[in-house]
Amino acid sequence: MSKKLLLANDHIPGINTLEVYRQHGGYKALEKALKSMKPDDIVEEVKKSGLRGRGGAGFPTGMKWSFLAKPEGVPRYLVCNADESEPGTFKDRYLMERIPHLLIEGMIVSSYALGANTSYIYVRGEYFYIIKILQKAIKEAYAAGLLGKNILGSGYDLDLYVQPGGGAYICGEETALLESLEGKRGNPRIKPPFPAVAGLWGCPTVVNNVETIAAVVPIVNISGDEYAKIGIGKSTGTKLISASGHINKPGVYEIELGVPVEEFIYSDEYCGGIRNGKKLKAVVAGGSSVPILPTELILKTAKGEPRLMSYESLGDGGFATGTMLGSGGFIVMDEDTSVVKNLFTFARFYHHESCGQCSPCREGTGWMEKILQKFIDGKATMSDIDLLWDVQSKIEGKTICPLGEAAAWPVAAAIRHFRHEFEEYVNRPESIHDVKHYFRLNNIEEA
Amino acid sequence: MTTTEIQFSQEAQQKVQEILNQYPKEKSKSALLPLLHLAQAEFDGWLSVPVMDYVASILKIQPIEVYEVASFYTMFNLQPVGKYLIEVCQTSSCWMCGAEDIVRYLEQKLGVPTGEISADGMFQVKTVECLGSCGTAPMFQIGDQYYENLTFEKIDAILEELKQENKRSRYC
Ligand SMILES: Cc1cc2nc3c(=O)[nH]c(=O)nc-3n(C[C@H](O)[C@H](O)[C@H](O)COP(=O)(O)O)c2cc1C
Ligand code: SF4
Ligand code: FES
Repeated sequence: MSKKLLLANDHIPGINTLEVYRQHGGYKALEKALKSMKPDDIVEEVKKSGLRGRGGAGFPTGMKWSFLAKPEGVPRYLVCNADESEPGTFKDRYLMERIPHLLIEGMIVSSYALGANTSYIYVRGEYFYIIKILQKAIKEAYAAGLLGKNILGSGYDLDLYVQPGGGAYICGEETALLESLEGKRGNPRIKPPFPAVAGLWGCPTVVNNVETIAAVVPIVNISGDEYAKIGIGKSTGTKLISASGHINKPGVYEIELGVPVEEFIYSDEYCGGIRNGKKLKAVVAGGSSVPILPTELILKTAKGEPRLMSYESLGDGGFATGTMLGSGGFIVMDEDTSVVKNLFTFARFYHHESCGQCSPCREGTGWMEKILQKFIDGKATMSDIDLLWDVQSKIEGKTICPLGEAAAWPVAAAIRHFRHEFEEYVNRPESIHDVKHYFRLNNIEEA
Repeated sequence: MTTTEIQFSQEAQQKVQEILNQYPKEKSKSALLPLLHLAQAEFDGWLSVPVMDYVASILKIQPIEVYEVASFYTMFNLQPVGKYLIEVCQTSSCWMCGAEDIVRYLEQKLGVPTGEISADGMFQVKTVECLGSCGTAPMFQIGDQYYENLTFEKIDAILEELKQENKRSRYC
């Protein structure tokens, strides 16, 4: 099942250079697009491909593109979201580091399809070295006539720039990203208007994830119909999964959507099983924002069917027994892991990252962190479990952007599936010290 | 220090021009984040008020517009920092793979608690949130450099090397 469309050439030495990238079929999609396709033809192919946004929400890309307003005389922008800050997610970094030209080719083809003549790649600030890699690749592309004026003699002009962020997860939210790109605090905007109508500097704008934009290259190369044949059902194509935690082979894997979760965790082609011969306890399948699932529910749905790596199968059962594919940040926990302590690290994260505009999020994330701290410190009571549930339940649907929900969902899921663990910390506060993750360093088995 | 004494190096001034060329003329405020990174790299790894005022003067915006942005983003340091700021990821995957051990080891080795600058001004440990390196946990970042799959031995070697080098970590 190892069908690769994005990372097929990631281990070829020098693939980060224009020369080697071109030797391996690079910029064929751009030539095809500019020489034989009209912008709308590309939008049509992307629609046919069934490609869904890879940044987390899974919104159909072709549809998003078709919403872009096209008023006369107003510039349009394509902005690539390379803010990648969702804990557990590191696939965009891998792609940009290994094959920067794939993203750049995708940006040129997509900008042409959308009628943008200036585009930006907004990269999280901590990725300084990735920014340098992209800038170098962009320079090469300009020198080869792939960027700038009259690209490949087509009459199409495009300037492409890289913009650094400042270390704020919230700037991954698309309207906060646009605010940040305008030189402001990353406060999400109230929608509508959507960026497709009023985005960067008030102009129509499309924001897409790195992987989404990269996927446009194979779609143009093989056609939307062929792309749609890969994957399963409405989860077409391939997906980059960032696998981390207690597995033998952490890393970025390109999977054909529809691979069974069990195969993904245990096969040597992917994660290679749980470290140190331990048993699996739980998985956060799509980045920190999605509900955690215990072993029984991540390997099989509540109906007893094998759980697959797809939008639909991971979502099967709703939040009661299912989760989400999200950004593809696949965090695996072995039998010794404290779900409560892990949740605490998420709560601390969201509290730190809340932009502070909405009270339920600003205050709620702080409360959740504090209550969880009590469990860690052995000072929690049974009523704290209910209090924690209460706080999380009062955030969803009451905020400007989904960060509030992203903070609440993991808390709800942990209580839903691991209530006994919270109770254990209340009944036997010392049991937090039974957790042996403190001695995991160097993969050494604890004595 | 007053604003007039603060100035970017020739090289940095050239970079400022390049950065400004990335946006439509009347939208130069977009250069604010890149310029703050540049300023931090130029002026000892942190942003003093005069430095922020200097950036405001370049972009012809009010100083408050710079302060409110600088204070929003985690990467901008509004206080002096150690020559080497060691930013240890403490989130989920890193925590699971021993981030707390890393922090404790660094504190012991450097003889200062997290957050404080070592007596010789060389090192400062800071805990940060996920840096997109979860598959190579535990990890920390110093300047623009990622140090991954850390072990105590690796940390010893890294600190030794930095002590030898003894120059402020690179940014941008
Ligand atoms: C708090 C928050 C953080 C987000 N972070 C990212 C991110 O780092 N990268 C990303 O591509 N999308 C992120 N998103 C989703 C974006 O808002 C947006 O939906 C996405 O960039 C659209 O691109 P896509 O359709 O190609 O996925 C985030 C959303 C929220 C609410
Ligand atoms: S939900 Fe949180 S992060 Fe989003 S706008 Fe409101 S306060 Fe800011
Ligand atoms: S959790 Fe540490 S880098 Fe992601």
